[in-house]
Amino acid sequence: MQVYMDNNATTMTDPKVVEAMLPFFSERYGNPNSLHKFGTSVHLPLSKAIDQVYKGINASDGDDIVFTSCATEANNWVLQSVWIDNVLNSDKNHILTTEVEHPSILSTCKFLEEQGMKVTYLPVNDQGIVEAHTVRSFITDKTALVSIMWANNETGMIFPIQEIGEICKEKGVLFHTDGVQAVGKIPVDMQSVHVDFMSMSAHKFHGPKGIGALYIRDSQPLTPLFHGGEQMGGRRSGTLNVPGIIGMGRALELATENIEATMALIRSKRDRLEDALLEMLDDVMVVGERDNRTPNTILISVRGVEGEGMLWDLNNALIGASTGSACASEDLEANTVMLAIGADNELAHTGIRLSLSRFTTDEEVDYVIEAFTAAVKRLRAISSSYAKVGPSPGGEAQACDLLYHHDNDIVVKH
Amino acid sequence: MAKDNLLGGSLWDAYSNKVTTLMNNPQHQGEITEEEAAAHGNKLIVADFGAESCGDAVRLYWEINPETDVIENAKFKSFGCGTAIASSDVMTELCMGKTVDEAVKITNIDVEKALRDDPDTPAVPPQKMHCSVMAYDVIKKAAGLYKGVDAESFEEDIIVCECARVSLSTLQEVIRLNDLKTIEEITDYTKAGGFCKSCIKPGGHEEREYYLVDILADTRRQMDEEKMAAAADASMTGDFENMTLVQQIKAIDAVIDESVRQFLVMDGGNMEVIDIKNSDDNIDVYIRYLGACNGCASSTTGTLYAIESTLKEKLSQKIRVLPI
Repeated sequence: MQVYMDNNATTMTDPKVVEAMLPFFSERYGNPNSLHKFGTSVHLPLSKAIDQVYKGINASDGDDIVFTSCATEANNWVLQSVWIDNVLNSDKNHILTTEVEHPSILSTCKFLEEQGMKVTYLPVNDQGIVEAHTVRSFITDKTALVSIMWANNETGMIFPIQEIGEICKEKGVLFHTDGVQAVGKIPVDMQSVHVDFMSMSAHKFHGPKGIGALYIRDSQPLTPLFHGGEQMGGRRSGTLNVPGIIGMGRALELATENIEATMALIRSKRDRLEDALLEMLDDVMVVGERDNRTPNTILISVRGVEGEGMLWDLNNALIGASTGSACASEDLEANTVMLAIGADNELAHTGIRLSLSRFTTDEEVDYVIEAFTAAVKRLRAISSSYAKVGPSPGGEAQACDLLYHHDNDIVVKH
Repeated sequence: MAKDNLLGGSLWDAYSNKVTTLMNNPQHQGEITEEEAAAHGNKLIVADFGAESCGDAVRLYWEINPETDVIENAKFKSFGCGTAIASSDVMTELCMGKTVDEAVKITNIDVEKALRDDPDTPAVPPQKMHCSVMAYDVIKKAAGLYKGVDAESFEEDIIVCECARVSLSTLQEVIRLNDLKTIEEITDYTKAGGFCKSCIKPGGHEEREYYLVDILADTRRQMDEEKMAAAADASMTGDFENMTLVQQIKAIDAVIDESVRQFLVMDGGNMEVIDIKNSDDNIDVYIRYLGACNGCASSTTGTLYAIESTLKEKLSQKIRVLPI
C-alpha cells in the first residue's frame, strides 16, 4: 500500500476536476480575448468557473477575484504593490506580518526591507498563532499593511482572521491574508470578515497546479504586478489559463459544497490517527489545540527520532509525509514554525507533519498507524536519546542553544 | 544555476547505496556495558557528541585493551538523519582493531570516502558532509577521555571548515598567494564553505570560532597594510615599481620638475601627468602637453623621447610615456 499524507504540500487533482478541464485543451482551445467564436465560446464556462470561485469563498459581486499563476504570485503582488502604492507614494513605511508565514511572504518582506521598508515579524504563542491583541499593539500610524496567514501550513493552526480584520478596519490599515491553507479546508466567508486581499491556490484543494487567485475587496486599487495585454480588466495581464480557471472553479465547488460534512469526515480520520499515535507512543506531542486546527493536519514531535530519519523510514514504507527538520532542508536551516513555537528546541528536529485529504481512507489511516509506530520503534532503538549506558565521566555533550534570532527583538506580553 | 539545477536535487537521490544500506540496517548500532568490557579485561569509554536539541547527536562506545590500547569492540547510538546514522556506523567500523592513537587520525573525509560506492563520486550531497564531521569529533572526544587529555589537543591546526578540513593557515596562504577577493573564490580554491556553509558567516547551522568572511577581511587588510608598508619602503629606497600610484605621480612630477619642465617652459609650453597605468610589462605614463607644446612637431618625437628616457633612467626602464 502507498499512502499520500502530504496534502498541505499539494493534493491529488480530483478526477472530476480533470474531467471538467479536459475539453479546454484540444477542443475548446480559443483565446477568450479573441473576437471570433473560438474565443468567445469559452466565455460562458469561464463565467461559470468564476461564479464557482466567488461562491466558494462567498465574495460579493463588487469584489475582484483575479486569477494568478499561483499564490506565490498573489502574495508577491500584494506586498510589492503596497510598497509602490502606499509606501513610495505616501508617508507609510511599515508592514506587520508573522514569523511563520510562507516563504513567498517572508522572502518578499526581506526583499522589501532591502528597499527600505520596515517589517515587523510577530512571534507566535505556544499554540503557534498570533493573537489579535498582539497585532493591535504593533500597528503604528506608519503601518501600510498587515499580512497574516489564515491557517498555518505546518501546524494547521487557524489564526483569528475575523478579529484581526476588525482591528485593521478600525485602524484604517490594509489587511492581506494568505488563505492558501484555509480555502477549501475550512469555511471561508469573505462577507463575514474584513479582509482587503486574500491569496489562494487551487492545487491545495484538489485543483490543478499553476493556477491561483487574489481576492481584492471592493475592487480597490492595487498596481498590477504584470503589465501587458490588459486581461482580467487590466489587473493581471497574460493570456487566461482557461483550463486552470475551469479546474479551480470546479475544485473549489467540490471542496466547499458540503464543507461541514467533508470536514467532519476528514477530522474523524485525523483524530483517529492522532489518538492512536498519542496512545501507542510515549514521549510524543502534537502541536496546537485540535479544535483550532484545519481538520486534516497533525504536526507530531517524536522524541529521540530525527525528522528526516523518520521521513526516510516512512518513505521506505511508501508513505509520503513532511518534516520541518533542518536536516531535510537544502540549507540546513531549521523550520521557522517549529522554532517560533519555541515550546521545545527538539521540536525543530523531530516534527513530522501528516496531512490528510477527503480521499484518505480508513485503511490508509490504519496502515500509517502501523508503519509510523514501527519506524519510531526502529529509530529509537538506534537513538542515543534512548541509550541505556550513559557517557563516561567527562564524556557528556553540551546541549546547544538554537541559533535562532530575528533582526528585531520583540517581547510580547500575553 | 543552469539546466541541471532548475529542479533542485532530491537530497536522498544523492546518497550512495552504501549510505542507504547502512541507514536501513546499521551494522554497529548498539551499546557496550561496563560488565561486558570488564569481562574481557577491557576498559569502556563512552563519549557523546552533539545533542538532540542541536539536531544530531552520537554516542560512541569503545572497548579498549589497556595493554595494547587497541579498540577491540565499538558500538554507536545516534539521533540523526540517514547520513548521520550511516556516518556513525562506518566510523565505528573504522575504529575497530585500531589503537587509540591510530583511531584519532581518522578524519571526516575518511568517513565520507568509506561511504562511497565508487571512489570518485561523493557519498552524500554537499550540505550533508556536516554529518560525517560529527563522527570524527566523537572519536577525538573518546580518545581524549581515554588518554585523560583534552579532545582539542589532537588537532594540530585550527580547522575552519570542518566539512572539507581546511585549516586557518591554509586559508590565509591561499588567499595571499592567489590574491582571492571573494568567498566564492575561496570555496573554488579550497572547498572551504562549500558544504554545510556554517563556516562562511555567523548565523549558519552551527556556531563557529572562525568565519571565512572574517578571515578574508583580516587577510586582505593585512595584505593591504603590507603593500602600503612596502610602498613606503619603496619611496624611501626609490623603488619606483613598488610605489603606490600617488607616490609614483609624485616621483614623476619631481623628476619632470627637476629635469624637463624648465626646457618646455623656455619654449612657452608645459605638461602635466594625467594618469599612470601599471601592468606586468609596462608602466604607462599618460601626459598632456600645455601651451606651445600642444601641436608642436617635436612633442611626438624628440621631446617625447627626451621625457621618456629621462623618466626611464631616473625611475624605471618599464616606463612608457603616452601623450593624449
